[in-house]
Amino acid sequence: MNIQPARSRSLIVRASLLTVIAAAVASALAQDPAKKEDPLPPGSNQLIQAEELAQALKGARKPVVLYVGPKSIYAQAHIPGAENIGPVGRPEGMEKLRARAASLAKDSPVVIYCGCCPWDHCPNIRPAYAELKKAGFTSVRVLYLENSFGANWKDKGFPVTAGE
Amino acid sequence: MFCLVLGVYLLGVHLAVHSRGHRDSARFSRDSLRTVPELSLTDLNGGAIHTADYKNKVVLANFWAAWCVPCAEEVPQFIALQKKYKGQGLQVIGFSVDDDAQELQSFYRKYQMNYPVVRSDIKLADAFGGVLGLPTTFVIGRDSRIHTKHNGTTDFPVLEQEVVALLKAAQN
Repeated sequence: MNIQPARSRSLIVRASLLTVIAAAVASALAQDPAKKEDPLPPGSNQLIQAEELAQALKGARKPVVLYVGPKSIYAQAHIPGAENIGPVGRPEGMEKLRARAASLAKDSPVVIYCGCCPWDHCPNIRPAYAELKKAGFTSVRVLYLENSFGANWKDKGFPVTAGE
Repeated sequence: MFCLVLGVYLLGVHLAVHSRGHRDSARFSRDSLRTVPELSLTDLNGGAIHTADYKNKVVLANFWAAWCVPCAEEVPQFIALQKKYKGQGLQVIGFSVDDDAQELQSFYRKYQMNYPVVRSDIKLADAFGGVLGLPTTFVIGRDSRIHTKHNGTTDFPVLEQEVVALLKAAQN
């Protein structure tokens, strides 16, 4: 008769332990590795918001704006004055970025942007940022486009121009 | 029993993570009823596609790219929709943006895509009113007009509701 409560306690302890382990495993699974190690998390200082960039482009000392996404989006609409580097997620785009960076002073204010895909999944913006930082640029900022260039820049009424 | 508890818990977490991804990036807005012009295109397999042939169908025009992770993740769901509603008059068309030709062919074969894929260009994007981000999906009624436009990651339950409504409406 005394064995039953002991067994029950043992089962409860084991159940509790397993629940804790399950919670830990589940928590680890719930972590998004891309977000965990993201060098450009939303809200960070490296990012520049659309309003701020639009204002900066009206100022006397405009930043160099480099577009690092697919050509079809640039051809349809891009930020006036932005240079088309191409998708930096690909080797040819990365080479073009390196070549352009070599011609810039390291303290030049530079803004890079893409907006090809939702922010978390953009294959271009993080490699571009990492490359410029590695090259020693001290004033690089990244235009934060949460969803896309269309949704977060053009549709918000910020200026665009078309053409290759 | 413990395995069951663990399994249910992990399933719950998986579903929570999965749905969070969609919620974060899904965007939906009502577009004006722009009419898609008649286009003559060639798909990856060399087949001719004339949009005029789809006048009596509900069409999902999905602008995507194999290099775009959220786009690629959606392809199996478009395949499923095509399979489920083909008999009722749904046609999915994929418009591939800036994909490498070989990578695209490889992707197409790997996923056994059951709908035509066309390589997109600026002219095509313009025909839909512009595509400034991927994925973008247009829902086109049998009247050849764009009824809705999904910017970013697609909310598939919403998309399916729209498709069903358009398919039903067209029958009335």
